[in-house]
Amino acid sequence: MRRYLARRLLQAAGVVLFVTTLSFALIHLAPGDPIAAALSGSRVSETVRNQWRAEFGLDRPIAEQYVKWVANAARGRLGYSFSRRQPVSDVLRDALPRTLVLALPALLLSFALGITVGVLQAERPRSARDRWLGRVLLALYSVPDFWLALVALLLFSYRVRLFPPGGLTDPVLYDYMSPREQLVDRLRHLVLPVITLTLLTAASVARYQRGALLSVLPSAWMRTALAKGVSWRSAVRRHALRNALLPVITLFGLSLPAFAAGTVFIEKVFSWPGMGLVTVNAIAARDYHLVTAGVLVMSVMVVIATVLTDLAVAAADPRVRLS
Amino acid sequence: MTAPLLEIESLRTYFYTDAGVARAVDGVSLRVDAGETVGVVGESGCGKSVTALSILRLILPPGRIEAGSAIRFEDKNLLEMTEREVQRVRGNRISMVFQEPMTALNPVFTVGDQIAEVARIHAGMSKRDAAAKAVEMLKLVGIPAPEQRANEYPHQLSGGMRQRVVIAMALVMNPALVIADEPTTALDVTIQAQILELLADLTRRLGTSVLLITHDLGVVAEHCTRVIVMYAGEVVEETITTGLFSAAHHPYTEGLLGAMPRIGRHAERLATIPGTVPPPTAWPVGCRFRDRCQYAWDRCEREHPPLYQIDVAHVSRCHLAEEPERRAHPHPPLAAERGASAA
Amino acid sequence: MPPVVPPLPDVAGIRSRLRRDRRATFALGVLLTIATCALLAPILSPFDPNAQLDISRLQSQAPSWSHPLGTDPFSRDVLSRLLYGARISLLISFTAVALAMSFGTLIGAVAGYLGGAIDAVLMRLVDAAFSIPTLLLLIVVIALWGEVSTSALTLLIASVGWFTVSRLVRAETLAMRDADFVVAARALGVPAWRVLGQHVLPNVVGPAIIAAALAVGNVILLEAGLSYLGIGVRPPTASWGSIIQDGSERVSDLWWLTLFPGLAILVTVFACNALGDALRDALDPRQLQAAPDDDTPIKAT
Repeated sequence: MRRYLARRLLQAAGVVLFVTTLSFALIHLAPGDPIAAALSGSRVSETVRNQWRAEFGLDRPIAEQYVKWVANAARGRLGYSFSRRQPVSDVLRDALPRTLVLALPALLLSFALGITVGVLQAERPRSARDRWLGRVLLALYSVPDFWLALVALLLFSYRVRLFPPGGLTDPVLYDYMSPREQLVDRLRHLVLPVITLTLLTAASVARYQRGALLSVLPSAWMRTALAKGVSWRSAVRRHALRNALLPVITLFGLSLPAFAAGTVFIEKVFSWPGMGLVTVNAIAARDYHLVTAGVLVMSVMVVIATVLTDLAVAAADPRVRLS
Repeated sequence: MTAPLLEIESLRTYFYTDAGVARAVDGVSLRVDAGETVGVVGESGCGKSVTALSILRLILPPGRIEAGSAIRFEDKNLLEMTEREVQRVRGNRISMVFQEPMTALNPVFTVGDQIAEVARIHAGMSKRDAAAKAVEMLKLVGIPAPEQRANEYPHQLSGGMRQRVVIAMALVMNPALVIADEPTTALDVTIQAQILELLADLTRRLGTSVLLITHDLGVVAEHCTRVIVMYAGEVVEETITTGLFSAAHHPYTEGLLGAMPRIGRHAERLATIPGTVPPPTAWPVGCRFRDRCQYAWDRCEREHPPLYQIDVAHVSRCHLAEEPERRAHPHPPLAAERGASAA
Repeated sequence: MPPVVPPLPDVAGIRSRLRRDRRATFALGVLLTIATCALLAPILSPFDPNAQLDISRLQSQAPSWSHPLGTDPFSRDVLSRLLYGARISLLISFTAVALAMSFGTLIGAVAGYLGGAIDAVLMRLVDAAFSIPTLLLLIVVIALWGEVSTSALTLLIASVGWFTVSRLVRAETLAMRDADFVVAARALGVPAWRVLGQHVLPNVVGPAIIAAALAVGNVILLEAGLSYLGIGVRPPTASWGSIIQDGSERVSDLWWLTLFPGLAILVTVFACNALGDALRDALDPRQLQAAPDDDTPIKAT
């Protein structure tokens, strides 16, 4: 178990280094350099540009720049955001908790919903219930993230004015609210993005869960459970589910990258100023340091989360835990 | 004569597969009296296991027990019960010991939990009482340090220990009948005898009837009072165990006996029955064994043999019962000729 | 005794199972219809998809008889753009998937056959790729490169899509590499590529087709997402994502710009995924174990 942990962490460190290197390479392979990009169109003399280049170390040999970039990245120094006129790390520090407020509840809810639906389907494979749930899931699985968000916005914010059309808080009234009203206002802003993200993610969780359950149902120990007098329903919910949860958690680790992408789109549509929106808006502003750093941080988070799921699986499986 | 504990009447269990209807069990009748151990023998694919699973109605789609079948247990037809009522019989009045102790236990629950579950379901015991019961059962089946073992997972136990756990699980509620489906096939030869001895000893002490499914006639000789031979989804011979070895009637039983290794006989002379069991989707008309039989004649092709009464408590599904003189003229069976020409 | 050659997949069985699967029929029907529409776009489209018809009077018109799906803020006909958009979206996704599949097969076969360090490095790379959000990576690349041409976009999408197939092919090749019949064939002087081609490929074709069907759906989503973010196909080219992008600033007023292309994406991707699911079930004939009916005495049957 300890060796597995060490190996997995080493692997993750490798991936993080790879992503970091890739980010560096991308910035440097891009046509023009960050200064040219940041100042494109503005009338800044070549002397000033060169001065800036020297200041940011862009005139140094590429190997030196790379070492410096990695060292800085490790210390959380990810460059300067020209569009925001503040260090990238400051921008991301504000954005990160907002993303977590959106992503964590969505993750938890999608797990709960996805597992429940998967169990309901697997309990009666090929029944009408299974088929209809399957179609709904497949539709959710096939819908573009941003489109579902747009439709949710259209229906529940513009047509029926149930929820605010995006943002973190009410732009006008928030400052005049009592703390209690402020909390309610924040929660109301959270509802649509969280529900959309939950539905999108729950679809893949449920599909995995159904598949994992169906693959353990023919096991000999299922027959043993039935022969003991356990009802089919509790054989599925107790005996099979406990076995089928592990592969689902593993597979879910694999779908975290898609979840991160989904979060970007949801933030964009609902103007939720988290990591995703900051990064996407930086594209339009041609703020390359911010784009790269945003993606780097999100990727690292995904890698860490993937490792955590793997370790959770290992810890939950008695066969792995005890060996 | 006492009323039978279990009485199966013309049981037919069919599987509706893409390849056609597999008539895995095709009109089986048998009975088990209180306190007796009955053996069911035959090659794999003869319908032994499906018969066992049918008794507890553990046949899942596409399998189905056909109308007209009856399984009477303690004067009730199990096939007329609701699913809920059958659940109260399973693991309580009738329990099963399965073939593969490696896979029959759930890998993610402790063995203690798995034994305790039976007590919780059927006796409504509290968690703590059930856990104590589990330890008591582990002690009963001779597992050392039962308190400690109860908290272990199946993969931490040896094959023999796991089978002891499965037996403990089967005996928690002191059932009237234990169905043991090849309980030792997957075990080391040295462990096999121990496990069978344990099962025989415990069931004798508790007065439990046993339906012992096996392909090993030696096991039958040692543990069973009566034996039922199955072939191609049917009972082909039924007799008391002693009679089987001295006066087997059906050629298939003869073949099985011939294939049995015995002390004092050279292994190279071990006879095998030529050919294989036909697929259950296409049982031959007439006698289902005829292609592999050294006595078969034209009647066997036309006429499906009924169970002939050979003796008191001895029946056989073979036309030799009416034309015994043909036993004097064996010939190479069709399957052997086919095998020879193909080689 | 000659080495046993493993059986090839049961093609007839798969085909008959597929034919009986209503999902497969439905999905193929939908995909063929959409592909036909895309092919016949020049005939079916009432207008030039990129023509700004009348910027003063036909700007952002709701659906009407002359413009069944309305017009966009540039007074272009949405129906025409949707039809031409189908061409771009399908072209990109089919080309990207074909490229990714070929590349992935090659990498997988090489890694699996050669083994050793090359295999280890390639597979670690694939492992790493699986835990990186590829969409985000594409965002960075395209953002840094500025606007990219449609073919460059296709190449970029293909470059992040080969991991699954390479894993699949590698596993199969590895399993086959040391099989008796392969060793025997090698001893007889049959070239390696031929052995691989004859015995490994037929066994991965099925899983690869499933992966491809799902991948086509994924790439359509990916392209739509990038175009929605404004970094996909270059304007004024119409793709399903870019039509939505054109209306995204005023979703509530210009709902038709969101609704119709979104439905087109949903239906197409749904069909791809349904086809993938149907193929998977057809390839894996393990009888799905069904649950017993509750409280139905057997007597009733």
